[in-house]
Amino acid sequence: MTDEAIKTHPELSETFNQDEARVDWHDETLWWIRQKRDKSAHSIPEWEMLRETASQIKNNVLSDLGKYLVSFEEKALANGIIVHWAADAAEHNRIVHDILQKNGIGQMVKSKSMLTEECHLNEYLEQHGIDVIDSDLGERIVQLAKEPPSHIVLPCIHKKKEEIGELFYRHLGVPEGTSDPQILTEAARQHLRETFLTRKAALTGVNFAIAETGEFVVCTNEGNADMGAHLADVHIASMGMEKIIPERKHLGVFLRLLTRSATGQPITTYSSHFKKPRPGQEMHIIIVDNGRTIQMGRADFRASLKCIRCGACMNTCPVYRRSGGHSYHNAISGPIGAILAPNLDMKKYADLPFASTLCGSCSNVCPVKIDIHQQLYKWRQVIVKEGYADTSKKIGMQLMTFTLSSPVIYRTAGKAGRWFLKHVPFAVNNKFNPWYKHRDMPEAPEESFGEWYKRNVKQK
Amino acid sequence: MSRDKILAALQQNQPELSALPSIPVFERDQELSLTEKFKAMAEGIGSKVYLVSSLQEVQEQMNVDFADEKRIVSTVASLVSAEIPAFELNADPHSYADVDVAIFEPLLAIAENSAVWITEDRMGVRALPFITQHIVMLVNSHILVPDMHAAYERIGRTDYGFGSFIAGPSKTADIEQSLVLGAHGPRSMTVFLINEV
Repeated sequence: MTDEAIKTHPELSETFNQDEARVDWHDETLWWIRQKRDKSAHSIPEWEMLRETASQIKNNVLSDLGKYLVSFEEKALANGIIVHWAADAAEHNRIVHDILQKNGIGQMVKSKSMLTEECHLNEYLEQHGIDVIDSDLGERIVQLAKEPPSHIVLPCIHKKKEEIGELFYRHLGVPEGTSDPQILTEAARQHLRETFLTRKAALTGVNFAIAETGEFVVCTNEGNADMGAHLADVHIASMGMEKIIPERKHLGVFLRLLTRSATGQPITTYSSHFKKPRPGQEMHIIIVDNGRTIQMGRADFRASLKCIRCGACMNTCPVYRRSGGHSYHNAISGPIGAILAPNLDMKKYADLPFASTLCGSCSNVCPVKIDIHQQLYKWRQVIVKEGYADTSKKIGMQLMTFTLSSPVIYRTAGKAGRWFLKHVPFAVNNKFNPWYKHRDMPEAPEESFGEWYKRNVKQK
Repeated sequence: MSRDKILAALQQNQPELSALPSIPVFERDQELSLTEKFKAMAEGIGSKVYLVSSLQEVQEQMNVDFADEKRIVSTVASLVSAEIPAFELNADPHSYADVDVAIFEPLLAIAENSAVWITEDRMGVRALPFITQHIVMLVNSHILVPDMHAAYERIGRTDYGFGSFIAGPSKTADIEQSLVLGAHGPRSMTVFLINEV
């Protein structure tokens, strides 16, 4: 994708909003998941204490990440795992390709890993002649549709079952017009079972990596990470360097929080702890930086690295629910994506911190207490200061500064505004005024507060 | 080398050390029966739970529930019978692709979420609990613990190559949030909760 081709969040949201019924459906579905999260969280009396503990553990991890990574590496090596370090996406992708080449493997099955989305691994491997099949059902669906996931936990939450039926009709041979989720899931099960049984390499993500033991934990409901890893000769696990937690017992805290926050389930079906390769198997871990050390240096934004990728902030966000994940044009969408993305490319993602009402709901549900809405607010200031705000916003801000800097100009502008609203409302009630979309302009008062005050109070 | 560059950058950019908190001791409702809680949670996530008092009951129920299944394997020696053959090790995990029912005896069962903890040494091979069409767990009531904190206390620093918490049959809700049991792993999970007298 070239820079010119990138549409901004408002433009992409506008496309999504053309189908009002779909927006309502999307909104309600995600809100339903948010409600399930609430019910699940409220059933745990110590929920807030758990969040606070998780937050503090992650603060400790960030403050000593170098030491924990070295300890993790040492233990993992002792366990027989091969450890790689990747400074950026390109190096990560090269490492994966090298491992596959060394083993003479041309096909790989992959379970969910947002990191590989961030690194655009699939595209890279395809360019190098490697066939990659995503095995998470939602990810397989968006892969067949040639789309990126629109949600980190629910990759095809934007798709209707009829559209999935159509994809499966074309690619997996189900009868035309199938839309029963049970039948569609069964078709995917058969298709992917064949894939699991024939692939010699499997790539998985990492939910948690334990510095104390060198093991890593992968959570799925479908069992796809395990089906891939245990049947393959080569298991590659890609992890963002911030996935470290100090000790095994800390998993008790995080596994209690993760899925309750994500979907309201008490735990995922599978929480698999990979410590050593099975006899004859090769197990690799790739520790990836890709901008994380830079984010670590930004004091206002480093807490974003505490994220455990539950997606709760998306499900609750009024903007995400009504604009869809694709409007964020980034591997990770929603509020957390909007504070992570500008670190990777401030120009390309300058629009994202503005895709928020700053209502704070994201921060309230975050299981590790990231101050998401405050970071959104702070990113806006950085982006404007660095000159990346879009032109209309910049002109608007400059005009505001000019107007607010002088009482005379302020009073004149107010008067002019009231006159326009009253006498020529069409001058502002038109499509060139973005505020007017979905809203009526207010009725203009006869006088400003200043004028009223002068007349009523000062006279006395 | 990227490793050194990354570690140097961290050294530069990490904030001041923030203390590692201790995990608080959460009060547990002693009145609550772990068995009841486990059963309710397991049924809530789509597992079938039988409360039994002998292995013979388990075998009889297995013979009823899985009468039509072709390949049944038991990693639990005490449940092997004429109808339930013992697990036999084959180094190639693909050889278990046609297993219909596999029986395991986990090490821990967690009441708060009905997950069971099982390590590699009790799996036969790692792939088996995932590749089998149906999974059966023999849970002795003395392995019940209230929550994940208690589970990790028991696990402690034990060594294993692979271990997993398994809670229910594999599932997905990726298509319009409709829950479907039997995604890539087992289509059903049956738990026999055996009460030790």
